[in-house]
Amino acid sequence: MADLDTPFRRFVADFREDKVAVGAAVLFVAIFAAAMACAYISPQNPYDLRQLDIMDGKMPPGKASMDGLVFWLGSDGQGRDMVSAILYGLRTSFLVAVTSGFIAAAVGTAVGLAAAYYGGWVDTLLMRTVDIKLSFPAILIALVLLAVFGQGTGKIVVALVVIQWAYYARTVRASALVERRKEYVEAAQCLALPQRRILFRHILPNCLPPLIVVGTIQIANSIALEATLSFLGVGLPITEPSLGLLIANGFEYILSGVYWISFFPGVALLVTIVSINLVGDRLRDVLNPRLQK
Amino acid sequence: MSVFIIRRLSQSALVLLIMSLLVFFGVFAIGDPIEIFIAADADQAERERAIAALGLDKPIWLQYFYFLANALGGDLGRSFVFNIPAIDLILLRLPATLELAFCAVFLSVAFGIPLGMYAGYRPDSRAAKTIMATSIAGFSLPTFWVGLMMILVFAVELGWLPASGRGELGTFLGIQSSLFTLNGLAHLALPALNLALFNISLVIRLTRAGMRENMPMDYVKFARAKGLTQRRVVFVHVMKNIMIPVVTVIGLEIGQVIAFAVVTETIFAWPGMGKLIIDSINNLDRPVIVAYLLIIVLMFIVINLVVDVLYSVLDPRVRLSDTGK
Amino acid sequence: MTNEATLRVENLQTHFDTKAGTVRAVDGVSFDVRQGQILGLVGESGSGKSVTGFSIMGLVDPPGRIAGGRVLFQGRDIAKMGEEELRQLRGNRIAMIFQDPMMTLNPVLKVETQMIEAVQAHGNVDRKTAWTRARDALGQVGIPSPEERLNSYPHQFSGGMRQRVAIAIALLNKPDLIVADEPTTALDVTIQGQILYEVQKLARETRTALIWITHDLSVVASLADEICVMYAGRIVERGSVDQVLDAPAHPYTAGLIGSVPSRNVKGTKLVQIPGVMPSMLNLPSGCAFRLRCTHADATCEASAPPASGDARQVRCFHPLTAVA
Repeated sequence: MADLDTPFRRFVADFREDKVAVGAAVLFVAIFAAAMACAYISPQNPYDLRQLDIMDGKMPPGKASMDGLVFWLGSDGQGRDMVSAILYGLRTSFLVAVTSGFIAAAVGTAVGLAAAYYGGWVDTLLMRTVDIKLSFPAILIALVLLAVFGQGTGKIVVALVVIQWAYYARTVRASALVERRKEYVEAAQCLALPQRRILFRHILPNCLPPLIVVGTIQIANSIALEATLSFLGVGLPITEPSLGLLIANGFEYILSGVYWISFFPGVALLVTIVSINLVGDRLRDVLNPRLQK
Repeated sequence: MSVFIIRRLSQSALVLLIMSLLVFFGVFAIGDPIEIFIAADADQAERERAIAALGLDKPIWLQYFYFLANALGGDLGRSFVFNIPAIDLILLRLPATLELAFCAVFLSVAFGIPLGMYAGYRPDSRAAKTIMATSIAGFSLPTFWVGLMMILVFAVELGWLPASGRGELGTFLGIQSSLFTLNGLAHLALPALNLALFNISLVIRLTRAGMRENMPMDYVKFARAKGLTQRRVVFVHVMKNIMIPVVTVIGLEIGQVIAFAVVTETIFAWPGMGKLIIDSINNLDRPVIVAYLLIIVLMFIVINLVVDVLYSVLDPRVRLSDTGK
Repeated sequence: MTNEATLRVENLQTHFDTKAGTVRAVDGVSFDVRQGQILGLVGESGSGKSVTGFSIMGLVDPPGRIAGGRVLFQGRDIAKMGEEELRQLRGNRIAMIFQDPMMTLNPVLKVETQMIEAVQAHGNVDRKTAWTRARDALGQVGIPSPEERLNSYPHQFSGGMRQRVAIAIALLNKPDLIVADEPTTALDVTIQGQILYEVQKLARETRTALIWITHDLSVVASLADEICVMYAGRIVERGSVDQVLDAPAHPYTAGLIGSVPSRNVKGTKLVQIPGVMPSMLNLPSGCAFRLRCTHADATCEASAPPASGDARQVRCFHPLTAVA
């Protein structure tokens, strides 16, 4: 029993108690894998114009193209298979969200650790900045940045980093402050271990659980935000279509009852966000009591 | 109380100053102010006039003061597209956005508080579970997609409500609003509900949490021991305690709602400043962007201030501990 | 003391249905209290004494329920009353004072509001009259300048003053019975004395029946006429103050008395009751106290001791003193 009881095993065992969360996790992994493998599994490359035929445009779900390709979820105005478009769109959404998430986590962790470790005016300055930043809605900040810098994949990643870092910073600072006051850190200080070592070997690992929880929720939020910005036409460029752009493209047809171009990418977006949120909720439940132990 | 307000006012002024600095450096240091404030097709004379007016030939710290003075005087350049002062353009669109935002906040209170109170009062009932499941959906559904689906269902399939525009305006007590005509209300219904959806969920959760937290408290049992009716215990004793955090959050959410109106206005072609900013970004109409930015920052600061004051009015403990200092 | 009992509790059973099983928080409690009489209900935390108090008020919330027995107030059974009937009784004929004065008053309502509503809940009284009664009640419990204090919020009062406000609220409608659930436990010792004195005086003056719930024997010693000692949901000993304190019959009562510091000679060791109160979900068979009792034997394990006697009662197979 004792040698089996590693923190990771305990974590997995705890997590598995909630069947809904397990289902959500499986679903998320499936979506993620399908999106990453889109080049191999999707029926067509939706951005290779040679494969598209305008005559196949606005086909309702289940109809086949002239080449015999079945559009299970219909086709868009340019004759693009929606299944393929959604998979490619998901890949773009994931790449943007995950990249920005990692950069924001790195920046936020650095800021949070600095604030917690140095305290004093460094802490005040950094945390005031975080407060002010968090008092403005994410979408507003993103709009402003994209208005100043212009469109582009790199730019939206920057915008998402600017939006998210403060959440990570606040979380890391809070748990680092708790850890810093614990006896083992004081003991490490007494042993005159170098500060860098205390920070990275002792405090940081203990900030990880809350960081993972915030990271999960933030990934869902940035997928939603990126989709919103792309929908508004200020996010990703037309050459890198994400789900938001697909939905926006369907917008012009919706009044004529051609619903599937907007509907199915939206469902894909919804299922992705809900599954991440469910996993995140469960992670918070499982990881939090451990913090108090 | 007055000490508290003065202190909060000076804090707000400081934030405003910092934000103006940030906006200034965003526009003047990172971007090229000539490109931002002067249209590309302006002739040489117009360029020179604008450069002099904006003080772009002066050192940077002086430019900041020019910028500040111009902003305070309400002059933030002219819209390239509409050729009227950017501030005027925004103020022209502001009422439509405020109308939408306040309707959304009203809906979130009108639905959120009763549903949340019920869900907290009878947490194990089927109705409460349904309410909570729906509110999770309200959190997760992307606003813009829900808006599209609303158009699809209520405007396209059922044909009950119009899908775009603001409709007829009525005038009442000197205020022009779509609230005062039936046609206007019909136009307002979908966008207001779309914008409110997230906040309804938020208010439901907050109210429910407050209810569950307060009901087992001693003061509730004591109130019942006094022989008060259950109605008075819930709607006076408990509600007054719950309302403190709820009102605070709703107040702060007004800012969020105004910001998120950008999405709703775009979908429903609502002629507010949110749609204006998106159009301006797409048309590179930068003076309007800068003006929008400063106005929205100002609105945020005012909202935060009002909420803080309101909070201290609602909670006697905060009020008194503050004047005591 | 020949008049009819104000409150008669007969074989009261209050149970809590939890996932782990049914907790018999109150398991067959009987006592009565007459007009002008003060009854001390003594026990450790978890003995069921507070639940007994809430059962009398009809304030047992789910998952708790009154599973059996009768609570006769002036001849009417509270356990069978509907919510509206109970409401008319609560705060009117039966009042309650709670343990922690910091938590019992609503923090966001003025004292005035909280007192006036208590008057108006039980009669068509106009605001002015209700206000006057509130002011008089505050004066009665010794709060200086009651007119001004009415206009204050609870946090502007000290703990002792808040408890006086709570007592004033209890007195507002001149109840026939007051249930006081450890009202002095959360207060400073000096203020405890004042409150005790005040309440005793008021109860004697108005001839209100008073049930004083406490874990502190020394408090009831100076206050009560009669004492009931509770252990694990049952009354293990009952009698007049002098009988119980001078000649305790139950080993548990004797242990309680032995552990009161003031009753011991300086320098002698305080007597402790060994062990802890058992979990209510997992009571030992037979006598609930037997695992902590030095007198326990096989008889105690076989069955729970029945209550012997009437006015003077003990639930023990091996009473320390004979009980008539």
